[in-house]
Amino acid sequence: MTEPNDSPPTSRDAANWAGPVDRLSAAGVAGAKDDAVTGKRVSGPLQGFGQLWQKTFTVRLDGADISPTDLIALWKDRFPTFWPKGQRFYAPLSGIAPGEVALLEIAPVPGAPVRLSTGVLVLYADDESFTFMTPEGHTLSAWITFSARRDGDVTIAQAQALERPADPFDELAYMLGGSRLNNRFWEATLGNLATAVGVAGPVVETQVVCIDRMRQWRYWRNVRNSASIRSARRTLTAPIRKLTGRG
Amino acid sequence: MTATVIELDQLGPASILRIAGDITSASEPDLMAAYGLAAANGAMAVILDFSKLEYMNSGGIGLLVTLLVRAQRGGGRLVATGLSDHYRQIFTLTRLDEAIEIHDDEAAAVLAASA
Repeated sequence: MTEPNDSPPTSRDAANWAGPVDRLSAAGVAGAKDDAVTGKRVSGPLQGFGQLWQKTFTVRLDGADISPTDLIALWKDRFPTFWPKGQRFYAPLSGIAPGEVALLEIAPVPGAPVRLSTGVLVLYADDESFTFMTPEGHTLSAWITFSARRDGDVTIAQAQALERPADPFDELAYMLGGSRLNNRFWEATLGNLATAVGVAGPVVETQVVCIDRMRQWRYWRNVRNSASIRSARRTLTAPIRKLTGRG
Repeated sequence: MTATVIELDQLGPASILRIAGDITSASEPDLMAAYGLAAANGAMAVILDFSKLEYMNSGGIGLLVTLLVRAQRGGGRLVATGLSDHYRQIFTLTRLDEAIEIHDDEAAAVLAASA
């Protein structure tokens, strides 16, 4: 006779979440010139310095015959291709799946000589959404969720971020135009996604809400992990490293 | 999807929100309303009982962050109990455990909330 199974039932979401991780590893990513993520911890909206913002970008895919699950499958599969030109996303070799790490190279301002090297952890993924979490050093301490849902006959694609600038310098940059640039980045991304599925003249709607006006001063030390400062230093010392053969 | 069901309970000075079913971003109205009632009753620390939680996606975790911020801005705090090993791992992974106290049983949570 088989003994009854006393172990607790598995949650329906168990396979959708990344497993426990102390320090990130970008070992499964190819192509990036710099790995600023391996050895870092994750850093979410509770660990940032600046004010907390929720940003929601949505686009109606009018005229596109695509279901929410098919859109998310496409978005995961071709994620880097929808990014604005010049910004690079190095996907994990095994694709966007819970627990995987991706590397990023971002020009903070179009045409800037310094490219910010950082990354993201795939925190959560299911058939209708996936969520990235930022590592220490990223300019934002954030989660961003990409999702799709049905509204009548129309599929709606959405990117929603819960973000705090990571350190005091990032907060200043955010206030002085960084936030607006960040909005344009995601508006362009959603526009590119909509165009790719056949939407003519997509209109991306943006909603920005300040969830918490208080700054978390105890996290001012996040500056020591700053990918901005690290990337700037690497850019400035690149000629020296090239001469000395230190790559 | 299973609907979110939230019950507000009172154990002495401690207010407990008993969460059953799914927590997703769609749970926001119910969760915020329940918290509002607890806060209106004067609770400075509110216990979230997750023992009947069946499903939570990243939208649900995001909702807990906004609830936490609301509690903190009102001078209050959140305490959690009833987390399965799986959800406890998620709290650790997302570093939510650095901001929300977690207790293994309700009695310990009530003691902490009443302190």
